[in-house]
Amino acid sequence: MKETIEALRQRFESELREAQNSDAVEKLRVAYLGKKGSVTELLKGLKSVAGDQKKEMGQLINQLKRQVEEGVARQVEAIRAAEEERQIASAEQYDVTLPVNQSEGSYHPITLVQRQLEEIFSSMGFTIEDYKEIVTDYECFEAVNIPKHHPARDMQDTYYLSNGQLLKTHTSAAQNAIMKKYGAPLRAVFPGRCFRNEATDACHENTFFQMEGLMIDKNISISNLIYFMKTMLSQVFERDITVRLRPGFFPFVEPGFELDISCLICGGEGCPSCKNSGWLELCPCGMIHPNVLKMGGIDPEEYTGFAFGLGLTRLAMMKYGIKDIRDLNSGSLKALSQFKHE
Amino acid sequence: MLISMNWIGDFVDLSGLDLEALIHRFTLSTAEVEDVYHMGEDLRDVVAGKILSVENHPNSKKLHLLKVDGGDKIYDVVCGAPNVREGLIVPFVKEGGMVAGQEITCAAIAGYESHGMCCSEKELGISDDHSGLMELPEDTPVGRDICELYAIKDTVFEVDNKSLTNRPDLWGHYGIAREFAALSGRELKPLETVSLEAFDQLEPIQIDVKDQELCYRYTGLKVRNIQKKVSPVDMRIRLFYCGSRAINLLADLTNYLMLEMGQPMHAFDCAKVDQIEVKRFEAPFQFTTLDGQERQVDENTLMICSKGEPVAIAGIMGGLDSEIEDDTDSLLLESANFDAVSVRKSSTRLGLRTDASMRYEKTLDPEMTVPAIGRFLKLLLDIDPGAQVISRLTDVYCKRYPAVSLEFDKAYVDRYTGIEIANDRILETLHALGFGASYDGELFHVDVPSWRSTKDVTIKADIIEEITRIYGYDNFQITTTHSALYPEKRSPGNKTDNFAKDILVQRFHLHEVHSYIWFDAKKCKDLGLALEENVKLLSPQSPDLETLRTNMGPTLLSFVNENKSFAPDFGLFEIGRVCEGVKEDGLCNERKKLGLALYSRTRSEKELYLELLEILTALGRDIKRAQFTFRNVEPRHGWQHPRNTASVSFDGQELGWLCALHPAVAAKLDKKASVVCAQLDMDAFAALTAADIAYREPSRFPGIDIDLSLVMPQGLTYAQLTPAWEDLDQDTLTGVTLIDSFQQNGMKSITLRFAFSSGERTLSKEEVQPWVDAIVEKVGKVGAVLRS
Repeated sequence: MKETIEALRQRFESELREAQNSDAVEKLRVAYLGKKGSVTELLKGLKSVAGDQKKEMGQLINQLKRQVEEGVARQVEAIRAAEEERQIASAEQYDVTLPVNQSEGSYHPITLVQRQLEEIFSSMGFTIEDYKEIVTDYECFEAVNIPKHHPARDMQDTYYLSNGQLLKTHTSAAQNAIMKKYGAPLRAVFPGRCFRNEATDACHENTFFQMEGLMIDKNISISNLIYFMKTMLSQVFERDITVRLRPGFFPFVEPGFELDISCLICGGEGCPSCKNSGWLELCPCGMIHPNVLKMGGIDPEEYTGFAFGLGLTRLAMMKYGIKDIRDLNSGSLKALSQFKHE
Repeated sequence: MLISMNWIGDFVDLSGLDLEALIHRFTLSTAEVEDVYHMGEDLRDVVAGKILSVENHPNSKKLHLLKVDGGDKIYDVVCGAPNVREGLIVPFVKEGGMVAGQEITCAAIAGYESHGMCCSEKELGISDDHSGLMELPEDTPVGRDICELYAIKDTVFEVDNKSLTNRPDLWGHYGIAREFAALSGRELKPLETVSLEAFDQLEPIQIDVKDQELCYRYTGLKVRNIQKKVSPVDMRIRLFYCGSRAINLLADLTNYLMLEMGQPMHAFDCAKVDQIEVKRFEAPFQFTTLDGQERQVDENTLMICSKGEPVAIAGIMGGLDSEIEDDTDSLLLESANFDAVSVRKSSTRLGLRTDASMRYEKTLDPEMTVPAIGRFLKLLLDIDPGAQVISRLTDVYCKRYPAVSLEFDKAYVDRYTGIEIANDRILETLHALGFGASYDGELFHVDVPSWRSTKDVTIKADIIEEITRIYGYDNFQITTTHSALYPEKRSPGNKTDNFAKDILVQRFHLHEVHSYIWFDAKKCKDLGLALEENVKLLSPQSPDLETLRTNMGPTLLSFVNENKSFAPDFGLFEIGRVCEGVKEDGLCNERKKLGLALYSRTRSEKELYLELLEILTALGRDIKRAQFTFRNVEPRHGWQHPRNTASVSFDGQELGWLCALHPAVAAKLDKKASVVCAQLDMDAFAALTAADIAYREPSRFPGIDIDLSLVMPQGLTYAQLTPAWEDLDQDTLTGVTLIDSFQQNGMKSITLRFAFSSGERTLSKEEVQPWVDAIVEKVGKVGAVLRS
């Protein structure tokens, strides 16, 4: 009987090697371990084995049974693994270099620059305000200390309206309302669209954006103003910026300044961009005129402050190398759709 | 304005200083210098040469052969100038020398060698006269370098006029010299003038200022027996370097005086004008100015008259008839001060801006008129000692500016500047600039000089500017502010705008555009959009651009039209302002609006319309957790579709509209594409309070979805069906979604998916059936039946 068991094992081993798909393996399993399978038959035949050999034969048959079971399981697993291999090998490898669907919207370049500035000012605790475009003579001129007959009020510079109002010529038109709304101390910026009655060309637009800022508190000084402008502009241009102030006259500040920054292209060496001066005239600023504070309901004896104006349109043009200002209000998607998210 | 450093040198000794550095300092402390020119630098070896002989050139009718004494030797020169003659002394460039940056080499001209060149004034760069050789006086030492004879070498710089608008004192060299004195720490010399008291016994001029509002001061003097006609060379060079053209001695002197002191002057020919009236006329009239132009002068323009006849437009330009001519030997000199605003407005009306009007409109110091006459006389007598004053100084001073005195303490200066500037330095600076200033141990007392107090320096903050600009802003130690901490308050408008832009760009792939606040009538007409009446611009760039927009539609539709070639499908939006007419208080009803437009050549109008609904719904829900409701309404604008125009509302408040286009407009825009648009009031939308998130415990049990396909008549809307499931609470019926919608046999067919759920158990189909049956029954009552 021992020989029979051994022969059976060898036959199983060889048949197992032949069984290359799951059906064949199942058939094999039934042939050995099924109700009428060879191993099952052997076990049944154990009854007729003599008592002294019974135990040994029993162990041998059970060992064979285990070997068959393991062999079958091993083969099933091998076939599954081979099948998986085959699937992987035959799988389509996707072309990752194909052009993808690029449907995408775009922000107006002014929005992108405005947001960058808003983020910087926000981080420095500035309130961000929104203001009207149609304002009164008081808001635009009188409240910011522009006298009655100042040339800035002339028809050729200002869009007056048939109802007596006007389109704001500068964001300063919001100063008075914002001072009255919040009082002192105050830190605020207010971006807005401004209008000047002039013919448009590549460098001139009658409709453009500015962002103006105010900081009012006790003891705000010229020294603070220069420090702040340097810090803020370094943040805007993402590099250390050198600033210089020159006297500049604006009715709503005293003293008023023209602020230049070291040329971004040449770093101050002198190049065509800065007309070889090494400096770029960037923005007007100054200490808020006492009359403006007074009209805004703030006591100029107690509080001082500074104000500055940034040309958002100009910054956007500088940042993106836009040469023709008219592109900005053209609505042309060939131009504008290029401005995706930052 | 052009400034000659030689001229400045008359008033402040800048010898030994680096002029370039000083001019740079001027930019940082006073006004912007745009350019610096080095005059006479391009001349070399130009001497006074004497023409010894003149022979005709054998090969040319125009050319002559000269022998010129250059001081060192005799030169053979070929010359084509018409005024060559024996004995004439002229500027002569020796061979190897240079004029106008060009080296003069030995060259053969029509067969004869020329070893130098005789020069015109233009070639020397000291005038634009190129009519012939410059003729030097007979006693000029031959061989002397021309730059030693005349002040040809000079440093001239150009100041940006815009940066001088607030500084009436800087419109002449003397005022600029005062700045250089303060910047260099050197002394400003007084102006040399002739004392006019000596003439007090003479007859006054009859000066009658009728309009005392517009004429602040009128000062005059009569002079006769003026024999010299041509100004000295150095004077003409200065005039030329400063952008003026030499005419004749008297005209040149008035110009010179203006460039020196900033005081415009006018010289009338005394034979034509010997008395003065200053007035406005009652009716417009024609007047010919000395440039030969006939001009219409209106009744608001201040005029100078003589015996009732106008002779000059006050502060702007003289008349042709009373002009100084070459044979004039007596003059009536005007040195006056006129109202700045009036001069500016007259000059604008006339379209005539002159050096004089430019200065008057800056609000000149009326104290200047008398010293200007004293100075004029000094210059005239230096040149023509035979000139004779024949009137007393006649001065009508109608209106004075109040003297300005200011007081402040040191703490004020410290607080404003943020740095420490010593008391002595403050006083020094103010004195250098001509201010009266003292410190009494507690307060600074400052008297503002007349040339600064007409408008420029009126409050103590103005004094801070004087102190700090001379101190130098680049010498400031800079420090951060020390401000109390408080939370930033962001306006809801700004936040809502930014949020909306993100949703529209990132989620719906729309493109943001900017446009104008007015309608473009021409573009509207092209698209068949009727122009709506609204507030207008009084002086638009073009009559097509005069009406403020009432809504965002036309702008965006024009943009859609212009972008048709961009892509088969695209969407645009703008957050901009419109004017919805005028409110009760007369002010514009300005509203901030979001305008949206979608364009597609691949999708149907209905698909676009549904996308628009989806976009608007997303804005409401994402930004304010507000469920917008939409309702078909009558169109508000002629170009909107009569049936497919709907309002957007929340909580009963209307926030905007959406619409398809009227077929007539759609056809004009694009027959092969669909276009829809919408508008949302961002002011009202931003003002909504965002609802809190209503958190509900999630059900641990799976829900069950039931699809119902309903057939209903065209007119029936989804909104009319919703009451059928209103009584089911949100925990039971967790959602209703649209699966499908189409038209068939004149009926509308929609498939809705109802999601049921329970917080307590897994729902079976049998359990939800009664709810479904109830829904079917209720929708049946309004006319929707289950599709079989």
